[in-house]
Amino acid sequence: MNSISQKMYFAMLRIRMVEEKIAELYSEQEMRCPVHLSIGQEAVAVGVCEHLDQKDIAMSAHRAHAHYLAKGGDLKSMVAELYGKATGCAMGKGGSMHLVDLNSGFFAAVPIVGSTIPIAVGVAWAFKLKKSSNIVTVFLGDGATEEGVFFESLDFASLKNVPILFVCENNFYSVYSQLEVRQAPNRKIADLAESHGIKTYTGDGNNVTQVSEIAKEAIKYIKGNNAPAFIELETFRWLEHCGPNSDDELGYRKKGELDKWLKRDPLSTFSDLLIEKNQLSKNSILEIKEIITTEIDEAFKFAKQSPFPDLSVLNQHIYKN
Amino acid sequence: MRELKYSDAILEATDFSLAEDPSVLIVGLGVPDPKGIFGTTSGLQDKYGNHRVMDMPLAENGMTGIIIGASLNGFRPVLTHQRVEFALLSIEQIVNQAAKWFYMNAGQQNVPIVIRLIVGRGWGQGAQHSQSLESWFAHIPGLKVVMPSNAYDAKGLLISSIEDNNPVIFLEHRWLHNTIDNVPSKGYRVPIGKAKVVREGKDLTIVAHSYMVLEAIRCADLLKAEGVSIEVLDLRSIRPLDNDAILNSVKKTGRLVVADNGWVNFGVSAEIISIVTESIFEKLLCAPERIGMNNSPSPSTRALANNFYPRSIDIAKIVCKMLKLLIDLDAVFPKSNLPEDIPDPAFNGPF
Repeated sequence: MNSISQKMYFAMLRIRMVEEKIAELYSEQEMRCPVHLSIGQEAVAVGVCEHLDQKDIAMSAHRAHAHYLAKGGDLKSMVAELYGKATGCAMGKGGSMHLVDLNSGFFAAVPIVGSTIPIAVGVAWAFKLKKSSNIVTVFLGDGATEEGVFFESLDFASLKNVPILFVCENNFYSVYSQLEVRQAPNRKIADLAESHGIKTYTGDGNNVTQVSEIAKEAIKYIKGNNAPAFIELETFRWLEHCGPNSDDELGYRKKGELDKWLKRDPLSTFSDLLIEKNQLSKNSILEIKEIITTEIDEAFKFAKQSPFPDLSVLNQHIYKN
Repeated sequence: MRELKYSDAILEATDFSLAEDPSVLIVGLGVPDPKGIFGTTSGLQDKYGNHRVMDMPLAENGMTGIIIGASLNGFRPVLTHQRVEFALLSIEQIVNQAAKWFYMNAGQQNVPIVIRLIVGRGWGQGAQHSQSLESWFAHIPGLKVVMPSNAYDAKGLLISSIEDNNPVIFLEHRWLHNTIDNVPSKGYRVPIGKAKVVREGKDLTIVAHSYMVLEAIRCADLLKAEGVSIEVLDLRSIRPLDNDAILNSVKKTGRLVVADNGWVNFGVSAEIISIVTESIFEKLLCAPERIGMNNSPSPSTRALANNFYPRSIDIAKIVCKMLKLLIDLDAVFPKSNLPEDIPDPAFNGPF
């Protein structure tokens, strides 16, 4: 795994396989917390995080598994957190929607849509006050751009020239509600950021090469100009909003829409390209899958065998002394 | 000892904290303006620079998130709103994020922030500028809530709040800003979570907080001349609540009146009476009572607002009922010739 492309392929496949394993085992009812799977949206997380330093900070929202893993979050701690175990990244207090791994710079994810945006701006503002060269990346969805704090955060980030990268994953749906019933037809998400004086980029969120190139340019802009940047990337969620299943049969999406996006699978389109360019072979894919399977099996075994938190943990961490 | 106004005590505490700790930041709409949040932030931007003492956009929820973020990355920000009600725009960040953060990540990251909020009263401010919402905040595990009633406690509690490792809601009553007390010029701390007996007595306990402490003290002092011995306990902190201090006083007197600064329904007084009846029911000589703001929104006109807020004489009526005393309260409590929508001559506005 030497080239950036090979690394990104590995990272995307790993996220896909982790999510598939969660989906596979969810019906055992041992992971007893809501899960919002990232299948179909792996390229955004991987293409952006490829350009982040370990000391750069990332934050996310309810659909955070891909961002956590791409930023370097520990897999065992994440799976154990889903199982509610003491070895989880938040000792089982957070669950899937409150992932954290400070060692890898993944500060937090929260399920209240839009709420990590100002917090991420505050973390980035602190970097600026400390004259640090690190940046913050906040992942948000199309729905978050309807929240008031989104605009409040854009204004402050631009006003104070805060080193933050806003990454909007536009997957066109908030739960079952499509973009058309939520946003005016001529409303362009990237334009909202631009009108706050923020440098913006748009691109194909299912093309990891393109995501990576845009992120690289945006981060260069942030560091070179001491100013924020905003990226809007179109992508698509394959499974239900929350849970392990497909729900296309409910009919809330346009007929054929999912099929169109399945053909634009960020993973297989990228592996086809790499095979064509002789950077990857069918054999090496099998080898990679074996490595990842071993890691995932170990993580799930670790999670299942870990103890639940002691009852004393219930009243711990309410206040810090 | 030197005398100082409550608002100047807030200013001194803020100045002290800025000088002591370079990670302290002061943020709020109007912080550096000519009025400086009723004088509580005047001159600080000139002294510490506009990167540490700053104005802000009218974005209460966003700015609360932003100071939370800064606190996760090494700073101790103090955010000020000129009225409590503006913080309602930021309830999401205060309640869901700041209060829960340390718990959600199992103690890996804490949120050392202070949110200074001012409770308004008088001069017809009406329903959205004079609410006392401490019970809202005190309901939430993870928040601390303090409400000093005098200049000495205001300085010491603000320094403690800024040094605390948790989100602290610091509530100032606007009618206290011009009150004067002995205040040391050096920095000192008043511990969060400790109530204080401000009048010792043996017949009855009045538990009060914030401005109502002044009314309770007046009630105790005027009835003392009539031979009534009243203990007044100033809560100082609402959460954590000093249960021991409350129980110790009521154990001694056997009678309890709570003078609530807010509405009594589902409020601080409801909590205190619950604690007392749950813990020392057998020590009570009569049923506890409470008094607070009228159970309506606050009207603007002074004709109605006069009957909205309880005064010392109203507390005294309950005291006399409990102790079965026949005292001519109108004779004991001198009627002020001031309009009742301003506190006393020391208060010269603005509101």
